[in-house]
Amino acid sequence: MKKLASRHETYVFIVILIFSIVITAINPTFFSLENMFDLMKSYSLMGTFAIGVLVVLIGGGIDISFTATATITGYTIAVLLLRNGESLNIFSVFLIAGGIGVLLGMINAAIIHFFEIPSIITTIATLNIYYGLLTFFSTGKWLYGFPTWFGDFANLYVFKLTNAKGGSYGFSVITLIWFGFILVGWLMLRYTVLGRSIHAMGGNLASAQRAGFNILRLRLFIYGFMGLMAGFASVIQALLVQTVAPNSLVGKELDVLAAVVLGGASLTGGTGTMIGTLLGVALIAIMSNGLTLMHVPSFWYKVVIGLVILISVGSSAYRRKRTSSQKLIIEMNE
Amino acid sequence: MFRKNSELIVLLLVLAAVLLLMLAVNGPSFFSLGNIQSMAFQLPELGILSLAMMITMLTSGINLSIIASANLSGIVMALILSALVKPETSPGAVIAIVLLAILAGAVTALLIGLLNGWLIAVLDISPILATLGTMIMVGGIAIVLTKGYVLSGFPPALLFIGNGMILGIPVPILIFALSAGLMSLILSRTPLGAHIYLFGSNPTACFYSGVDNRKVLIRTYVISGLYAGIAAAIMIARFNSAKADYGESYLLLTVLASVLGGVSAAGGFGRVSGLVVALVILQIISSGLNLMGISNFLGIAIWGIVLIFVMIIKYVIDQRQLKGRTA
Repeated sequence: MKKLASRHETYVFIVILIFSIVITAINPTFFSLENMFDLMKSYSLMGTFAIGVLVVLIGGGIDISFTATATITGYTIAVLLLRNGESLNIFSVFLIAGGIGVLLGMINAAIIHFFEIPSIITTIATLNIYYGLLTFFSTGKWLYGFPTWFGDFANLYVFKLTNAKGGSYGFSVITLIWFGFILVGWLMLRYTVLGRSIHAMGGNLASAQRAGFNILRLRLFIYGFMGLMAGFASVIQALLVQTVAPNSLVGKELDVLAAVVLGGASLTGGTGTMIGTLLGVALIAIMSNGLTLMHVPSFWYKVVIGLVILISVGSSAYRRKRTSSQKLIIEMNE
Repeated sequence: MFRKNSELIVLLLVLAAVLLLMLAVNGPSFFSLGNIQSMAFQLPELGILSLAMMITMLTSGINLSIIASANLSGIVMALILSALVKPETSPGAVIAIVLLAILAGAVTALLIGLLNGWLIAVLDISPILATLGTMIMVGGIAIVLTKGYVLSGFPPALLFIGNGMILGIPVPILIFALSAGLMSLILSRTPLGAHIYLFGSNPTACFYSGVDNRKVLIRTYVISGLYAGIAAAIMIARFNSAKADYGESYLLLTVLASVLGGVSAAGGFGRVSGLVVALVILQIISSGLNLMGISNFLGIAIWGIVLIFVMIIKYVIDQRQLKGRTA
């Protein structure tokens, strides 16, 4: 119990709980299954990005370029779908997007590793390179009119329910895919040697190096994994909106970062959990949905999110400060 | 000493190369008065915002809220102007109102800087998180104030700041020159500047040499905020309008420009002169491509490539010097 109280995730969960109660009290539709399923479907895009960002943050790096990576992978699959969409299926689409994503992510890793350029600088540069080149060659054209199977897949549900008005809703297959990524990421981080090595590298790079971890391989993995998630996220985006636009994702990278940080991941590396990240995304989703349902004008949304971020990071900084000063006192007493 | 100069030399070489390249593809028209003037109109926005970013990076921080601060203070200026300036207002009164509006905008930017400084110095939040939070919140306040609309139509006295010329020199570049000069003075000739570099290299050593670290940080973010306010005046004057989400793409570009100019992301190193050369390089690339009728997006991609290229050269030079020292 004491362990639970000291965890960041608990606080986020309590905040979510309070928000949910307030929102439901004002507008009960919030707590309907239909609203929940819709939210989980539309936030699977941000959620998928967040998994990759979490892994990079735990590994002691940062990646800003993932929206540009996703723009490239999304555009590539869109072109392929339009050219010979009938010969593709959902697996090959995910495979192609993921593959290109891994490649682009590994380019980041190689630059960061071989030339010792800080990850934030490298990925700001590659964000501009990837996005600039894609927009230049695509001339910013929107792509739509994908094969029918691609549209049909987006409307698949694991199970379907009927609401009072007779319309149907359900647990989307897109949400299921996102949950699958979360599960794989969670298992990888928690129960594999690879996952523990990523924690070690993020916790203390020099120690990890001396302990014999292959830093290059770990870096290739974390940035490659980020690229993979970016590629997958671009397919989810294409499924959700059935349109691929070069400018629809770039600019959202800091929002995803904010969600992951709200979930307790540290920018200094080594800490962060999949549960926390999921809660961070949930908090952002519930707040934005809740403000709409409470009929708060949408332009208040960013003010509230900003305040929540400041209060959250402020309170965790305060707690950290207090525990470190307590530790000092204990050390002095000894 | 050699390290500092070698960085500037690399930058100047890149500048010469870029200049020759653009001259080769565009011919002498690249040096036409019109082109040089248009470059001088375009550079200051990114330039002043980069100065705002640079000073925080010197303390090993970052200020993600500069664009949001600039937009909010621009909106405050616009709101005051549209509330007070009426068609029947006398020209003298208009100038007074413009000055008042600029002052109010500057105070807004200063308050945001103070908030950032307080969050970072007193609450001990890491700069990237604190300014990410203020960026989103300040951007939100800007949307609330404007309801997402564009505010436009300013008196000529304000537009002069963005579009006027004095003796053929565009006013924005004059403001940029003053701002850069002032920043250079602060950094190299004042105790605060020395403390900023010291804090950036080693906050603990800085603390034990009797420096009040909190004060240094708060002042750094206040100055950064004020520079965002200066950029705001130029931005709204150039666009003749203010909006909550102008110039959002500038944010990461200011980091790119600062790093290209030799500012170390780890803090402690970097000079205004390097940043200015870097800004000129970036401007020449984008203007050159513009003259050739090529989309600006290719320019942005090339900016990224130039940054990585310069960082790699620096890495190679550093490695050589390291080897030379150990041998």
